[in-house]
Amino acid sequence: MSVRVVLHSPSGSRSFLERGLLLLVMLIFLEGTVLTLGAASSPDISAQDNTGGHDHRGIAGSHDHTNYTYTKKAFPVLSLDYHHIQVPFEISLWVLLASLMKLGFHLIPRLSSIVPESCLLIVVGLLVGGLIKLAGEEVPPVLDSNLFFLCLLPPIILDAGYFLPIRPFMENIGTILMFAVVGTLWNAFFVGGLLYAVCQIEGTYLSQVELLPCLLFGSIISAVDPVAVLAVFEEIHINELLHILVFGESLLNDAVTVVLYHLFEEYSGAGEVTPMDVVLGVICFLIVSLGGIAVGAIYGILAAFTSRFTSHTRVIEPLFMFVYSYMAYLSAEMFHLSGIMALIACGAVMRPYVEANISHKSHTTVKYFLKMWSSVSETLIFIFLGVATVAGPHAWNWTFVSVTVILCLVSRVIGVVGLTFIINKFRIVKLTTKDQFIVAYGGLRGAIAFSLGYLLDKDLFPMRTMFLTAIITEIFFTVFVQGMTIKPLVDLLAVKKKQEAKRSINEEIHTQFLDHLLTGIEDICGHYGHHHWKDKLNRFNKKYIKKCLIAGERYKEPQLIAFYHKMEFKQAIELVESGGGVKLPSAVPSQVSMQNIQPKKLPPPVAERALPQFTKGREEEIRKILRSNLQKTRQRLRSYNRHTLVADPFEDGWNDFLLKKQRLIELEKKMSNYLTVPGAIPDSPTMCRARLASDPNAFYNIKASSDGVPTIQVDLASPQSPDSVNMLNEEGREGADRDEDQGLMMKPAGKGEKGEEEGGNKNPGLMRCLSDPGPSNEDEEDEPFLP
Amino acid sequence: MGSTNSTLSKIPNVEELMQETGFTPAHIVRLYDRFEALDKEKTGHLRPQDFGAINRLAMNPIGDRIIGAFFSPGQETVDFHSFVRILAHFRPADKKRPKDPSMPEPVNSRTSKLKFAFQLYDQDKDGKISRAELLQVLRSMLEMQVTEEQLESIADRTIQEADLDKDDAISFEEFRKSLEKVNIDHKMSIRFLR
Repeated sequence: MSVRVVLHSPSGSRSFLERGLLLLVMLIFLEGTVLTLGAASSPDISAQDNTGGHDHRGIAGSHDHTNYTYTKKAFPVLSLDYHHIQVPFEISLWVLLASLMKLGFHLIPRLSSIVPESCLLIVVGLLVGGLIKLAGEEVPPVLDSNLFFLCLLPPIILDAGYFLPIRPFMENIGTILMFAVVGTLWNAFFVGGLLYAVCQIEGTYLSQVELLPCLLFGSIISAVDPVAVLAVFEEIHINELLHILVFGESLLNDAVTVVLYHLFEEYSGAGEVTPMDVVLGVICFLIVSLGGIAVGAIYGILAAFTSRFTSHTRVIEPLFMFVYSYMAYLSAEMFHLSGIMALIACGAVMRPYVEANISHKSHTTVKYFLKMWSSVSETLIFIFLGVATVAGPHAWNWTFVSVTVILCLVSRVIGVVGLTFIINKFRIVKLTTKDQFIVAYGGLRGAIAFSLGYLLDKDLFPMRTMFLTAIITEIFFTVFVQGMTIKPLVDLLAVKKKQEAKRSINEEIHTQFLDHLLTGIEDICGHYGHHHWKDKLNRFNKKYIKKCLIAGERYKEPQLIAFYHKMEFKQAIELVESGGGVKLPSAVPSQVSMQNIQPKKLPPPVAERALPQFTKGREEEIRKILRSNLQKTRQRLRSYNRHTLVADPFEDGWNDFLLKKQRLIELEKKMSNYLTVPGAIPDSPTMCRARLASDPNAFYNIKASSDGVPTIQVDLASPQSPDSVNMLNEEGREGADRDEDQGLMMKPAGKGEKGEEEGGNKNPGLMRCLSDPGPSNEDEEDEPFLP
Repeated sequence: MGSTNSTLSKIPNVEELMQETGFTPAHIVRLYDRFEALDKEKTGHLRPQDFGAINRLAMNPIGDRIIGAFFSPGQETVDFHSFVRILAHFRPADKKRPKDPSMPEPVNSRTSKLKFAFQLYDQDKDGKISRAELLQVLRSMLEMQVTEEQLESIADRTIQEADLDKDDAISFEEFRKSLEKVNIDHKMSIRFLR
């Protein structure tokens, strides 16, 4: 087998080995540094003299002399002062390690498809912890609860909340809440209660574990963890409904967990819980959840309102969003409200308004930053889990641990089945057995449980270490066993996968139409149903809220139009990228043609027909070419050099241009024909045909034949045509600069157009469509669509 | 129960109605009460003005189309039976119904729902949604917030996407195909009519 591998792809296997070795070497190197530095830093191990400490102490020592005689030493040309930068250095090292690991896994081809990333990361953490321990050092307590809850968790939740698909979430909110609240309660009490019962059994020597600690343990361990769910579900591409069910549950059960945790922790000291406490607990739950949401919503509205005024300071726009969200989280945590729900509410509330206000680049920045932070956080969390496992301390008790694991599984299954039975009575689209299985199986535990356990007071809970061991075992079990097997099971059971759906405009229009229809029917029936309230909310939104929170004139733009623009541009970009299919109108160009889109086909040039309609038709075609080239260029340039892309003053010019609605519409109309006609070029038709035939991606010579058409210098930095186009143009235009370094420059159109410009209406939505479609993962397309 | 029975007895052919539409007696009664509330002049029939009196319906962009759907062509009034029959389209589908090819398609199946929606688009009842009809719908939904050219390009785009046999109009089959990913049963059902 190995021989064959070698024969087939000697370079491949070698590079595999190389990469593996490289990773290992890096790992060891990093760990080595961390070890020595970590050891030097900890004050307990001051006995150890390390090189780092040595110099430091040496220098310090010379100043300590009471008889301060100035002993002349050689001026230290090079000195090592680790202590100075220790903390940031270690943090950076961990982050670097996490990122390198992530990189490494995706380089190794088959590993990432068999084993989910989270498992690999935990293993890496174990290795790191193991190495540190082997070296005899004390493993640093990395998964400190403060660090976890304040630094590592928020980015992940914010990312989840910001990109939460609102529509499926709201449609299934009843089900999600049932699972989150009732399900978690059931799990907590079932596990806690039965554990207590088991502990009371004679042979286990566990009778000192009382009821309340057991219940506390149950509540800690019963919460489905959003980080783990995200990590695993992301890779299995399950259908939207199941994804949102499990994921929504993991987010919303935070409130329940918080309340139960504090309740049991408070009263573990007292030793008993009265019915009054239960009532208080329920009230507390309502306050925690609703309060969290309210805090989040307030901050979200603040962020939206702030973003209304940022049109002159685009650079710090993303900062506002992050800071407001983080403050929402911290404020909620301050009052012991549910921080997770606050963050979700903030992100979800903020999003539609902020997106309408901020510039395209800020939008991209926000998106990428969120994804980056959440990715790093997630990686770190799993690695730290591994390290913390090695760190211990552990108190292994076979009975306790195994009973925990079994009970968690059993209670989850019973809970899901029972709840689904009840829920299905109220759902229109019922949950099938397969769905139930996936929901039950997807209930993964993660680092939140561990951190909560870590927070427990050692004195109040003498069996804390045993709890921690059990929690870790449960986490490992769910992440490794369930995480690894869920993918093959999904395939085996033929669960519906996520449809890589491109929303068509038909769907969009018809869905809106049906919404209106159903609202109307509900009104006729006199029934205040789902659609009625949704419609009311939308009207309220449109009438009052949007006016306050969205800058300029943009609030009037209907969603359908925005969606339509986006689609058109995307398709144009795709078309142009895929080979610039030449389409010629089969009918008169001023009318809309009904041709289907077939990007790769080159129909026979019918340039003769295009020529007669020279004045009007050609003008349209020219604009079309301009537009398509503009997008193509933006598309290409974007990847290398943002700075030479349209600089801000030109961006405004571009906006002015765009905003000229007249122009826009004509262009769009032609856009839908997907025609790029060579006939616009004043060369002879034969020449253009030849040119295009030889290189469909070739630049187009653009000649404006009339006023009102801006000149565009196109620097097609494409692999096929490395030459840049020399600009053209001009009949009565201001001299266009011949700055070829500046990839794309727009001369705003002449005075006639300027007069009609709509001040301040930047229409960033369109801008967004034009460039940077963003990461290829089109999950983001499923935007919340407030009709 | 007594009041239900007495109300039911007021309605002629109620058994047939229930079987045809699948509504339970409780539903029929509820709908009858609503019918009577709308029928201000107690004629036993509803006229377009009665529908128009529903305030919220007036705000609905396609309100007049919906009202129009209740009235069969040529008829000026709607009696209770037609009222219920139309509303029966919006019942959630019964999953457990055996597929009996000899029986006519139940009125709340996916196809029937789609057909109802299709008829709302297709006002001239020629079996196709022409470009003009689509433009009308778009115009009413977008409520004068966009220019005519934009509307036209959207309409063109829509037809282009859906039109498979290139007749510049959307037939029922094409309509159905374009909505195949949408869960019609979910989208076009009113829960309380179960």
